[in-house]
Amino acid sequence: MAVQDYIRKRFFPHLWCQGCGHGIVLNSLIRAIEELGIRKNDLVMVSGIGCSSRITGYVDVHTLHTLHGRALAFATGVKMSRPELRVIVPMGDGDALAIGGNHFIHSARRNIDMTALVMNNQIYGMTGGQFSPLSGPGVKATTAPFGNIDHGFDVVKLATAAGASFVARTTTYHVHQMISILKEAISHKGFSVVEIMSQCPTYFGRKNKLGGAVDMLDYFKSHTTAKGSDAHKKDPLMIERGIFVKEDRPEYCSDYDMLVKELQLKGDA
Amino acid sequence: MDDNVRFLQGNDVCVQAALYAGLEFFAGYPITPSTEIAENLAYHLPRQGGKFIQMEDEIASMCAIIGASLTGRKVMTATSGPGFSLMQESLGFAIMAEIPCVIVNVQRGGPSTGLPTGPSQGDVLQARWGTHGDHAIIVLTASNHQDVFRMTVDAFNLAETYRTPVILLLDEVIGHMREKVILPEKGAIPVVDRLRTSVKAGIDYHPYLPREDGRLPMSDFGGEHRYHVTGLFHDMWGFPTTNPKIVHGLLRHLNDKIKNNISDINRMKEYFIDDARTILISYGSSARSALHVVHNRRARGERIGLLELQTLWPFPYTQVAEKCEKARQIVVVEMNMGQVLLQVKRAVSRPERVMLANRIDGVFITPTDIRNILRLIHGKGV
Amino acid sequence: MKHTPKPDMVLKGIFMAKKTLKEIRINRAWCKGCRICVHFCPGQVLECDAQDKAVVQRPQDCTCCMECELRCPDLAIEVIVEHPKEAAHG
Ligand code: SF4
Ligand code: SF4
Ligand code: SF4
Repeated sequence: MAVQDYIRKRFFPHLWCQGCGHGIVLNSLIRAIEELGIRKNDLVMVSGIGCSSRITGYVDVHTLHTLHGRALAFATGVKMSRPELRVIVPMGDGDALAIGGNHFIHSARRNIDMTALVMNNQIYGMTGGQFSPLSGPGVKATTAPFGNIDHGFDVVKLATAAGASFVARTTTYHVHQMISILKEAISHKGFSVVEIMSQCPTYFGRKNKLGGAVDMLDYFKSHTTAKGSDAHKKDPLMIERGIFVKEDRPEYCSDYDMLVKELQLKGDA
Repeated sequence: MDDNVRFLQGNDVCVQAALYAGLEFFAGYPITPSTEIAENLAYHLPRQGGKFIQMEDEIASMCAIIGASLTGRKVMTATSGPGFSLMQESLGFAIMAEIPCVIVNVQRGGPSTGLPTGPSQGDVLQARWGTHGDHAIIVLTASNHQDVFRMTVDAFNLAETYRTPVILLLDEVIGHMREKVILPEKGAIPVVDRLRTSVKAGIDYHPYLPREDGRLPMSDFGGEHRYHVTGLFHDMWGFPTTNPKIVHGLLRHLNDKIKNNISDINRMKEYFIDDARTILISYGSSARSALHVVHNRRARGERIGLLELQTLWPFPYTQVAEKCEKARQIVVVEMNMGQVLLQVKRAVSRPERVMLANRIDGVFITPTDIRNILRLIHGKGV
Repeated sequence: MKHTPKPDMVLKGIFMAKKTLKEIRINRAWCKGCRICVHFCPGQVLECDAQDKAVVQRPQDCTCCMECELRCPDLAIEVIVEHPKEAAHG
């Protein structure tokens, strides 16, 4: 199937701003899905609220556009109810880790077989440029006009500590890596987290004088490096990209199914 | 002894009835006094191949049942005041996206943490207006275990019929009290199944286009039809829109589908209403005491009756007005500061006839309490 | 800024050399003129016109690397290539 067969063409051009990284994520995501050969009817995408969350409207699969921060909770109901369906949950950084932080860590702990994408542009775009829990100190935002004093999460460390069995990071510049990581994450059995550093030129870029989309992509190119690379050893401020965790661990829905089978074998049902 | 005769807690009866109605998925979070519902389903559901999940909070529980309902399951969650407050946002989502689901609120004393083990009926208006925006909702209640069974099944049936969340508003007394209940045979109570679309694969399916009878056939997530579900105002395919005509139409539809079907949704019981000079109006556990008073007084020849409401929302204004037309006094018996009282006053002619007999101290309202208040009303002193 | 291809890109370039460009299709209705494709094209094939829409300026320099198609946030570019074998069967 052609890549364009995975999108709802009638809603294009999409609502995202010129150069918004979320479009690149959409681009890579449908390629990953296409390359994996997933049937559209077998795929459910669940999103929350924010610029990033509008992605579900554009993909021609079963799509559920929910509430701010709650996408993973809705998705848990879908997956638990129909484990045979693939579930992908694209979220923004505020969506996933501020208001949705609790659902995020608990989904990871459960290791329920879903793919959570954190489209991290370090800002609340839809509401006009407020700092997020991934902004970090020093960042300028409409709610941090004098510079942010609030510390940020490291998504990779947080997801790892919470028990996600697949954790990766990439950027919207590194599209080949993004596609290959997304393919691995979606194929992984268990809770997979992919942080995608994404650009919001309209608010994050402008507020922080980072230039336009092109400059922000150049920044991702020059300020990130492959996990464990020499560049990172020399300059620990370089952000690492790649797969950080990939482990086979008991998955929630499979364990539940096993429990049901055991009960039936015992004739207890 | 008949196998079907049991001696159960109200919460257990609710579980039995939910399974009878076809419950397949439950998500919940422990909270007094509803926890036994989750505990019982954690035991029963996996044994029947159904799904039980304990979520990280009530917000997640409500969200999870909506997700599961979209895949074609009959779903339920159970909670009490604080948890019910947390569920309000996603309850609104279920209303907007028209997702069938049942929410049990075993009421306790509020506000806030209030009285976890004390009886109260303080959530009547919250059940109606807890979530933001103009909306309609169905709220059922019950005063004894036989009715808990029936109302639980009906809650599922109405949820499926009207593609809407239905709230079953029990209270601490009903939830924890044990009494006899006869579990109905299969088929004795009709069970409404999910109405699925007959539109074939490849043909344009409109998840939000009502049929002529007003019902909206669904298509399971994972099935042949791919569509969009959102909490935004949406068109007949489920896609967001701000078109004023469509927004207006959807808001009307969401409200009218409930409002225009009050006669189908309304459930009430009446005792000695016809010649009653005094009519007690009550519901839930308070109605037990009210009924006791009515029987007692009738035995002494007093012309007193009871109207027991089982559907609190949509409130049966017309029906209540009709039943009360000839009464000299109408006394609303409830364990709150007059939430149903307000509705009754709105409903009847000559609202000065309507008075309140209540208790709000976390202690169950007894027949003696009601009798004392009636004596006051009748100017006889306590 | 000059784009220096990374080793893996060079390798891909060798592999891609087997393909020839048939057409670069730009969907003007979807293009928002962000210039991501222009900037990161290794062959300086693309430019933005007066209406801020990407246009193909030097197709002969295209290496069919697909970078522009993969990175376009608006899914507005499609690089259509011809594989020699397919062409032979033509
Ligand atoms: S505001 Fe930022 S995140 Fe939102 S669409 Fe525009 S560029 Fe993208
Ligand atoms: S990357 Fe896409 S949207 Fe941006 S200028 Fe090129 S074609 Fe247009
Ligand atoms: S395929 Fe590569 S070389 Fe050709 S226009 Fe696109 S980016 Fe430039």
